[in-house]
Amino acid sequence: MTPNAPDSAAEPLIEVNSLVRHFGKQKVLDGVSFKVYAGDTFIIMGGSGCGKSTLLRHLIGTEKPTSGSIKIFGQEITTMRAEALQKLRGRYGMLFQSGALLQSLTVAENVALPLVEHTQLDAGLIDTVVKMKLEQVGLTGHGHKKPSEISGGMKKRAALARALALDPPLVFSDEPTAGLDPIMTAVVDELTQRLTQKIGATVVVVTHDMNSVFRIGTRIIMLGTGPNQGKIIAAGTPEEIKAHPNPAVQQFINGDPEGDGTDDSGELLYRETLLGINDTGKYSRSAIQSSKP
Amino acid sequence: MIEAFRQYFALCGSLLYWLFAAPFRGKPWRIGHTFAQIVRIGVHAVPMSALTALTIGVVLAMQSAAQLAKLGATVYVPGLVSSSLIRELAPLVTAVIVIGRSGSSVTAELGTMKVSEEIEALEVMAIPPMSYLIIPRFLAMVIMMPLLTVFSIYVGLTGGWLIGHYSLNMSTAYFVSHALQYVELSDVGIGLLKSGIFGVLIVTIACSIGLNVSGGAEGVGLATTRSVVVSLLSVFIANAVLTALFFF
Repeated sequence: MTPNAPDSAAEPLIEVNSLVRHFGKQKVLDGVSFKVYAGDTFIIMGGSGCGKSTLLRHLIGTEKPTSGSIKIFGQEITTMRAEALQKLRGRYGMLFQSGALLQSLTVAENVALPLVEHTQLDAGLIDTVVKMKLEQVGLTGHGHKKPSEISGGMKKRAALARALALDPPLVFSDEPTAGLDPIMTAVVDELTQRLTQKIGATVVVVTHDMNSVFRIGTRIIMLGTGPNQGKIIAAGTPEEIKAHPNPAVQQFINGDPEGDGTDDSGELLYRETLLGINDTGKYSRSAIQSSKP
Repeated sequence: MIEAFRQYFALCGSLLYWLFAAPFRGKPWRIGHTFAQIVRIGVHAVPMSALTALTIGVVLAMQSAAQLAKLGATVYVPGLVSSSLIRELAPLVTAVIVIGRSGSSVTAELGTMKVSEEIEALEVMAIPPMSYLIIPRFLAMVIMMPLLTVFSIYVGLTGGWLIGHYSLNMSTAYFVSHALQYVELSDVGIGLLKSGIFGVLIVTIACSIGLNVSGGAEGVGLATTRSVVVSLLSVFIANAVLTALFFF
């Protein structure tokens, strides 16, 4: 199987089976199972603290699960040796939530890094590819700047350009549009769509931006919070998710402060994550609501 | 504590692989990165180690002259300055300077990279942080510590000579010949060996603590303090052990 050849529809690109992860006594992921097929824009959504970023870290192999299996390109990564994992990582790109650009390098050097490390291209060609990638994300003319000199949104787009530098067949993306203005959100979404439609890449996106979810998603899973912490509470196509009977899903989609995701007293079930407090008695519901955008 | 030791020895094991095995598996040392670190860790430390060594040399000469003058034995001042500098003080003082300005910065830099997901990003890009970040720093430190020590010895002796020449009226030839009379080449070798060992200790401790930072900016601050304290203690203890082994 060559990196750019689309896999047969029957064989999933990513296959996760009964994934469980504990942090101490807390169960962050609880029996998560799903499959991602080639060409999908696969969305993992859910409220803050539901474990979606943790799930993504397991998929890229930087965290090891307590139990369960993860197969990427048909290879089991949970038991893989470091060197084999290294090889596999050359075949996917990752966009981190914070961008994670190397602060010691300029934006252009950051984008060039995977090309310098993993290809034999000469400097001139790398330069051209970098310019092209920066243009794709609307950063023409910013290549010479250090990451500390550009805005958060620009960092994110530069990081996206870096993730796409090698035209990987599989791209992971952690909150790609968080902190971007509506236009840039659309630009990033369009770029994601173009990846899957024109290049045939597969994209796994972690997000809670509902506009993005329905704009780009082809298959969606939602992780629960509270008593359903770390469990998949809904899975399906965008249409199926929109019409999902689970009130918690509907509440999340509509951004409704009252509903099944809140308990009887009307408190949000994941308020502790939202406010970073345990003593809920002190905070009225209105205070929690006003903390939401 | 046990966890810290485990992390430290894991780093050392990995370091051995990347130093000696990886170059034969098509993953050579990164010479360009190493030179950049040599400049940051070593060259930029030159002015500070020079000034420190100069003052140490001057103070050594003044103190010993004050005591030996009572016995009419100021003739031993050059020998005392040279042997204490070469055997003990130059390696030790250089190590303290390097811990303060380079070890701490290695920990802070790696720690910041850790908390801002940069190290994870390197891993995911299939660029091993050991090869990209740690080996260049290690090589730079192990190369530059002995060189800085040689430089410190030279500047320290110059400090001693200043006192000998201008205060004790010794001629330059007299000072140099007496200074060399009490040290052998092996002393210089052992001094440099000491500084090499200090270099290994400083850089491995700084990297191990830096790579295992957690807890954001506060974590980086705590880790940097811990790195300096642990490095200082390790260097002093190692110095005592090495002196006992070679000179006692």
